[in-house]
Amino acid sequence: MRLSHLPIGSEAVVRGVDPGRAGEGRRLQEIGFVPGTRVRVERRAPLGDPTVYEIRSTRLALRRAGADLVDVELIEERDA
Amino acid sequence: MKAPTLAPADELQVALVGSPNAGKTSIFNALTGMRTKTANYPGVTVSRREATVNIEGRHLTLVDLPGTYGLEPVSPDEEVVAHALHGEIEGVARPDALVMVADATSLDRSLFLIAEFLELDLPTCLVLTMIDEVSTRHGTVDIDRLSAALGIPVVGVVGHRGIGLDTVRSMIANPSGWERPILAPPAGLRERSAWVDSIVSTVVSPLDADTKTRRIDAVLLHPVLGVLVFATAMLGFFQSIFTLATPIVDRLEAALGSLADATRTAIGGTLGEFVADGVIAGVGSVLVFLPQIVLLFLIIGLLERVGYMARAALLADRVMGRFGLEGRSFVAMLSSFACAVPGIMSTRTIPNEKHRLATMMAAPLMTCSARLPVFTLLISAFVSDRAVLGPIRSQGLTLFGLYLLGSVSGLAYAAVLSRTMLAGPSAPFIMELPPYRRPTARAVLLHVWEGAWSFVRKAGTIILVTSVGLWALLNVPSSTPPPGFDDAQAASYQMENSVAGGIGKAMEPAFAPLGFEWRTNVAILGSLAAREVFVSTLSITTAAEGEEALTDRIQTLERPDGTKVFNAATVGALLVFFVYALQCFSTVAVLRRESNSWKWPTLAMGSMFALAYLAAYVTHTLIEAVS
Repeated sequence: MRLSHLPIGSEAVVRGVDPGRAGEGRRLQEIGFVPGTRVRVERRAPLGDPTVYEIRSTRLALRRAGADLVDVELIEERDA
Repeated sequence: MKAPTLAPADELQVALVGSPNAGKTSIFNALTGMRTKTANYPGVTVSRREATVNIEGRHLTLVDLPGTYGLEPVSPDEEVVAHALHGEIEGVARPDALVMVADATSLDRSLFLIAEFLELDLPTCLVLTMIDEVSTRHGTVDIDRLSAALGIPVVGVVGHRGIGLDTVRSMIANPSGWERPILAPPAGLRERSAWVDSIVSTVVSPLDADTKTRRIDAVLLHPVLGVLVFATAMLGFFQSIFTLATPIVDRLEAALGSLADATRTAIGGTLGEFVADGVIAGVGSVLVFLPQIVLLFLIIGLLERVGYMARAALLADRVMGRFGLEGRSFVAMLSSFACAVPGIMSTRTIPNEKHRLATMMAAPLMTCSARLPVFTLLISAFVSDRAVLGPIRSQGLTLFGLYLLGSVSGLAYAAVLSRTMLAGPSAPFIMELPPYRRPTARAVLLHVWEGAWSFVRKAGTIILVTSVGLWALLNVPSSTPPPGFDDAQAASYQMENSVAGGIGKAMEPAFAPLGFEWRTNVAILGSLAAREVFVSTLSITTAAEGEEALTDRIQTLERPDGTKVFNAATVGALLVFFVYALQCFSTVAVLRRESNSWKWPTLAMGSMFALAYLAAYVTHTLIEAVS
């Protein structure tokens, strides 16, 4: 499942990150999207994109295109 | 490339490193005070802040490196950090030791960065900031265990209360005595992740969630409330920049005016005129911007340090994305309403090179405060002040229209660039939302001081040189007016027959389609260096005495054939010309420096002049046709 598809409030575990066309995957890993890490979908920006994620006690905003690169496994679903 | 120019044996160089928002700069400020120097790294766009401090009889240089998320650089800032730490910058010595600054409330993420820094095999120590927040959130960090696990010294500090800073200070004096790790952290991503988890589980007891930040975000990022707060904040921003600064500016202008008059009479003769109209008027035209610039840096510095700027960027990202920009571009463009120079410099935080270039190129089209005196003069002289709707009046509405025209054009300009010269795949948008924090007065004031001072230095030199040069060109050669001329006529005669007057007349064929005559042309020529020079030059070329007289003068000034020099069409064309033209040496210089090439400033200058001419021509023709 892609990180971008998760509903607000849900928690997931990162399984892997695609490299991306311009090597963006590496940066996502450096910033904390490492396999096995928990990520929580915090909230969407008022205009619907980007989305704020909480990972390793940091809030990071990603656009949909960036979150599409992250493969996750859902552990707890919650509706916004 | 590698040229490790070693510092004197006694001169230790210690670098502060860490991720953005870790509190690195406030630690640096606390350790060094006001004794910092800001200089650029050779050949690159990133500035380095350094200071020499004397600790326990030992001189050492502290260098504050830009915040970084990793040593595989993706932004210009990060590239400098990587090069500096590998000793690959010519003429700059590799640091002898590293002080890593990390936020204790997000230690697990910081450990990834710490692992990368430990690979450099330099003497390293770790300063943990925000340990007070760890305890308010009912967590603990075992500093001794962390130190044992990493094999390096670790100190916990509370930066804004000065706790722990003495320990840091005496520690950095003696890096050779620091404990060095026996084993380097594991290399592979998964192994490293396990290493981080094992350290975190033994050192940190889990913190309560940051409910304060979550609660504030629930309001500030709320679909309705958030947008409302954002709109109010922006309105307040403009309101304070223009209304709070105005009375100070007026008083400053009056004081400078009387100073110039006093000097003219006291010194007398040509020298007196030179000092009054060249030097004092020149320096004064920079100084009057200072209140606005100071307010701008104050408000932006506060919003930035509280943590709101990242939220504003998040809110604006979707809209900015349509124009090939991103959320942080919005912050840069906001600064550009006061002055494009700090606006362009603030694009350094944009990691995506294409977004960054598009933002820098659009910044000069935002209506900066240097255009304001020009707009104010022309609007107050030629737009009758009547009520349009409620408190909205025609003069204010005209000014608002010009701001809107500039902003919309800037966004369109960025959109065109990102679909042509800057097209193609680009790095992703990642932005950290720092927790909300109360900024220290010291940090904000230091930010204001550094911003304002660099503005005065840069703009001051250029404007002073231009004003003095123009004054000279307008007074050479000295001509004797025909008998019977009064003072004003004699002054006009002098201007018209000077070198500058000749140039203004030579420009007439090119600018006649816009309705400009030689006096305006000379003023435009002067405004090439800096827009505000337009007003002071126009008052010289029209031989007006003082600002109020200038308004009357330009309303009544006639050409030899009896028609008005300034009519509705000419004024309209002039206003539009100033919306688009890139008349500012400082902006060109900073574009050149920040893009590291002449290509972008040349393109900006050329295209914005073409736009200005074209738009002014269209405006002139339309108004002529209507009236």
